[in-house]
Amino acid sequence: MKKRDLISITDYSKEDYLRILELAADFEKNPNQRLLEGKVVASLFFEPSTRTRLSFETAINRLGGRIIGFSDAGSSSVSKGETLHDTTRMVSNYADLIVMRHPLEGSARYAAEVADVPVINAGDGANQHPTQTLLDMYSILKTQGTLDNINIFMIGDLKYGRTVHSLLMAMTEFENPIFNFIAPEELAMPEEYKLFLKEKGIRYFEHTEITDNINHADIIYMTRVQKERFMDPIEYEKVKNVYILRNQMLKNTKPNMRILHPLPRINEIHPDVDTNEKAYYFEQARNAVYTRQAIIAHILNLK
Amino acid sequence: MNDHLTKKLKLKVSAINNGTVIDHIPSDNLFKVISILGLQKMKTQITFGANFESEKLGSKAIIKLSDVFFEDDEINKISLIARNAKLNIIRDYKVVEKRVVEVPDKVIGIVKCFNPKCITNNEEITTYFTVISKNPLDLKCKYCEKITHEHQMVIK
Repeated sequence: MKKRDLISITDYSKEDYLRILELAADFEKNPNQRLLEGKVVASLFFEPSTRTRLSFETAINRLGGRIIGFSDAGSSSVSKGETLHDTTRMVSNYADLIVMRHPLEGSARYAAEVADVPVINAGDGANQHPTQTLLDMYSILKTQGTLDNINIFMIGDLKYGRTVHSLLMAMTEFENPIFNFIAPEELAMPEEYKLFLKEKGIRYFEHTEITDNINHADIIYMTRVQKERFMDPIEYEKVKNVYILRNQMLKNTKPNMRILHPLPRINEIHPDVDTNEKAYYFEQARNAVYTRQAIIAHILNLK
Repeated sequence: MNDHLTKKLKLKVSAINNGTVIDHIPSDNLFKVISILGLQKMKTQITFGANFESEKLGSKAIIKLSDVFFEDDEINKISLIARNAKLNIIRDYKVVEKRVVEVPDKVIGIVKCFNPKCITNNEEITTYFTVISKNPLDLKCKYCEKITHEHQMVIK
């Protein structure tokens, strides 16, 4: 049988999404299921990441699996000049599954070609981060009860933010989504995604300011403007403080509306929002563990 | 003197008995075409000519290969840098077939990905692109998923 990887969100079908979300709900009800007993999972983090690594390792622990790996490239043989090819081949001999985060784009797809065991992409540079998208979908499903007819407002860095691109692609698989993009011109949603929506006949609207337009939202998806994505530091300084969500702006938003953020946040969501029941980003981070348990179970056919 | 004869005299490169003539190559790309087709490793008789006058290209190059015939897949690789190249298949000193090159659906190992952060630019990996537009050329990298546009294209 061909091995199953998860590299890019578009590698999966709607059926795969629904299966994973169903499993995630099951793990949320009963998180400690020792389905990975006797299995070894390699957690290869070529660049540091607190949230993603810890939630993956928690997921593996809750499934009863063992973890080998490293949490930054400095403590691996990469610092001696070993290629990704060789590291992957070697680890593929030891482990039953590889979870990988790497700063270079396309590294995960390449590792999946080289490895004999399944590879889960835990982020490859600015390219893909599919497990984040699945946990975002799980959070939408949990808070809205459905993935159909959702009006999503995406705010902040829509140009470089890989999470918004992947979420957009995934949500178009469901009935009648509406997208609203709020970003400065420098960080607007790239043409290719807008063209994709047009071709599919999906409605989208573009704004440059947060106004009472957010009163129509079911989901507000905030993103961080990341300094490292800018070639020109002046460009970053110009836009870094443009979109800040404050509690008072939420007064007339819909009762079912929830605010998501992939975290870490810097200042784009004011701390006074945290106590609002519409703030969902910390629960979203908890959903990460259940969703990643579900992804592992799906990939290794554990359930 | 009739036109046909004039043309023949102008050609300046000796005729071949059997084989392939690749005409209308942009002069600047002659050596890239040689490299893509691996002609430097061939043992048969090959004649190159560059900087011929051309109405279409301004300056064109020609390659004449004795006893060499290409499969479509192989010759189409040069379409990326010699869009208007024409092939004359020669048998017994006569052109028996004329062919044009076509941009293939996949481009494997010829073009560099424009993205400096792509894994293919940081490790020894054969590049692999899906052609998403043929004119102008847009190539989508299988690895980093970014699109290399025609004006960014660099031949490896």
